[in-house]
Amino acid sequence: MSVYDTIIIGGGIMGCSTALHLARAAPRMKIALLERGLCGAQASGVNFGNVRSNGRPVSQMPLSLRSREIWSRITELLGVDCEYERTGALKIAFRDEDLAVLEGHVRDARDGFGLAVEMLGSAGLRQLFPWIASGAVGARHSLDDGVANPRLVAAAFGAATRRHGVDVRENFAVASVSHSGAAFSVVGEGGAALVARSLVNCAGAWGNLVASSFGEAVPMQALGPQMGVTEPLPFFILPSTSTVNSPIYFRQVRRGNIVFGGGPRAEVRPDLVRHYSLPENTARHAALLRSVAPALKSARVIRAWSGIEGYLPDSLPILGPSATTPGLVHGFGFCGSGFQLGPGVGAVLAELVLGGATTTPIAAFDIRRFAPAAAQETRA
Amino acid sequence: MTTIVIVGAGPAGVRAAECLVAAGCRPIILDENDRSGGQIYRRQPPGFVRSAQTLYGTEAAKAEALHRSFDTLAGKVDYRPGTIAWGLHAGVIHTVKAGRVDRIAFDRLILATGATDRIMPVAGWTRPGVFSMGGAQIALKFQGCVPGRRPALVGTGPLLYLLANQYLKAGVTPAGVFDTTPFRRQLRLVGGLAWDPRTLLIGLRYRLELVRWGVPVRCGIDPLAIEGDPAVTGFVYAKSGKRHVIACDGVALGHGLRSETQLAELAGVSFAFDRRTRQWLPQRDEEGRTPLGTVYLAGDGAGIGGADVAEIEGKLAAWALLHDLNAAVDDGERTRALRQLRRAARFRAALDAGFPWPHDIAARLDDGVVVCRCETLTAGELRRVAAEGAPDLGRAKALSRIGMGRCQGRYCGSACAEILSAALGCDIADVGRLRPQAPTKPLHVDDVEASL
Repeated sequence: MSVYDTIIIGGGIMGCSTALHLARAAPRMKIALLERGLCGAQASGVNFGNVRSNGRPVSQMPLSLRSREIWSRITELLGVDCEYERTGALKIAFRDEDLAVLEGHVRDARDGFGLAVEMLGSAGLRQLFPWIASGAVGARHSLDDGVANPRLVAAAFGAATRRHGVDVRENFAVASVSHSGAAFSVVGEGGAALVARSLVNCAGAWGNLVASSFGEAVPMQALGPQMGVTEPLPFFILPSTSTVNSPIYFRQVRRGNIVFGGGPRAEVRPDLVRHYSLPENTARHAALLRSVAPALKSARVIRAWSGIEGYLPDSLPILGPSATTPGLVHGFGFCGSGFQLGPGVGAVLAELVLGGATTTPIAAFDIRRFAPAAAQETRA
Repeated sequence: MTTIVIVGAGPAGVRAAECLVAAGCRPIILDENDRSGGQIYRRQPPGFVRSAQTLYGTEAAKAEALHRSFDTLAGKVDYRPGTIAWGLHAGVIHTVKAGRVDRIAFDRLILATGATDRIMPVAGWTRPGVFSMGGAQIALKFQGCVPGRRPALVGTGPLLYLLANQYLKAGVTPAGVFDTTPFRRQLRLVGGLAWDPRTLLIGLRYRLELVRWGVPVRCGIDPLAIEGDPAVTGFVYAKSGKRHVIACDGVALGHGLRSETQLAELAGVSFAFDRRTRQWLPQRDEEGRTPLGTVYLAGDGAGIGGADVAEIEGKLAAWALLHDLNAAVDDGERTRALRQLRRAARFRAALDAGFPWPHDIAARLDDGVVVCRCETLTAGELRRVAAEGAPDLGRAKALSRIGMGRCQGRYCGSACAEILSAALGCDIADVGRLRPQAPTKPLHVDDVEASL
């Protein structure tokens, strides 16, 4: 049996970032990170790659801003160029009634949190981004949102974690977790047993399995956002782009490919760790791409993919201490918008493990919000 | 009414269709080409008037018979030429034809998707003037084109000798035939003589013809580089420790064939690693049934067997399908076909042993050699990600982009697997395979919008 100070379940960005922050804050700490497959192989490594603070619920903004600061030094932190770039982001309105929504976002983000974001009218939009379809009436243009390459970021987090002395165990599927007295015990499907004083649940779309082992299941659903990519085209689209009322988002990577996603999900089988992109989604993506950026009509789609992601009914993650088990902290269920939050989530979870408290407000993500009413009253 | 779809109209697809029509079915046939025949019996475009003998040589009678069979099916099948099957999920196949996407819900599916060239890269193989071996042969068969006035034929396999002979007949003298398989190894082919003497004799005749025309044939060579400025000017190889340069103005490069398995994979057929050919192949029973129950496999797309085997497998798959639908099947014919198939399998084993995929070259490729041409990635890049901890092709893809381009690794996948396993010092089966995703062939955005 191996003894650790902390065991982290899940080698996605959340788990790796937690391990990395813990290892940097407490170099003597003995940390194990358990990953069923390879680090970053699931949603962390296959998502769209938006590094975006704008458009998030106000409750997520402090966490997002904390993450944003870490993103600004991500190359230094990970020791690898992960193609992080502040490209700006556009959210386009094609209907006048959608402008008010965007203007609200701009006020919240600019006046409330000091983000560099502006509204563009149809003329300004046409001047700055002439590739947008006619009919666009305006857009929210956030100047310091950006993008990064998830497949590089996720793998780099895994590698950095290992470099910092964390015992990273890949291909380690957890068979059972339990808590007795003062220690957590984790047993792998291969029979290996680990114990530790604290446990971090970063198991992503499978996080609910861990949580339910401690009597706090949440109504999480596993879904597969579907994405695709075209062959490379000359570079002409800088900002990561989406629209208010049509289910398509896209961006162009520097080497020229258009990466896109949105709308109906792929089929997922979390029990098999498999996901199946649906051709009809790809067809819909292609049609919508052209409706927003007509020049893309000559592009050819070369691939589609998906990943398995956990969604909660209120579209907010589970982040914070367990309500049932001292020493257990959760960070999972990021509802398709966790990529940007990842570095900050790791910093927060590390604080929770080390001192039981964090400087970042996370009350909105408390797991107790899904507890039965009776249990909530008892705690109150 | 049961909807039966056949993908492919080569020898396997045509024979399957014929058997289904004979049983009263009206299958939908999806064909990427504009006319039936597949690659081996590809028909020439309108306006070309070469004879079957000119086009198909020793196989002319078979080609004509297959074409005739298909032509008599006109009106009895729903034939959709120029149609790409680009996606497959949950019993629905997604197609694109002439600027329009469509989908077909099927009850039964026969995949007769054929094969493409299997290529071991060599320095300079992306130069203008280098064609894949099968591609070069198709260019000749289809429109009478050759990759140069003095092309070198490089690689291994029977196609090397067949194509050299076809070039001679077309009035082009190849600069030489350069086979990575040593001659003594090719002698193992003789072991297959008992199973298909006709084919073996044809092979011998091809060799003699090359000698008669003074075309150099070098076996057991190690390809070093295709030189050019930038178009091809020469081929460099080593033999018995000596370096040789041969002047040429085109290269046909190929090391056998690989099965086109993307649709089988998307359908959910399970795969197993075939040690003999070092390829991942879809699982099926002798008659082409897959464990899925609704999907059947036939021809080279399920494992390389050649045109004759494809015809037999096409029939067997159709009969298996009919049997599974409780239709009557002539057991005598079925038994005879199975016997032919077993006989052919022995010849195929000898052929595979006589012209092996030269996997050992992968470990020797210089770091600078481009492997994945869609993404311009080198052998060195693959070795770098192996050193960084990529334990399989999936992670190597994430770290390096191999297989992320237009072809999704259909052309480079075999070589990438060999390079990675050599770099890691692990078994080839342990590096896994690049998994295909829809669209299996590039899908034009314009084709989609027009039809929504």
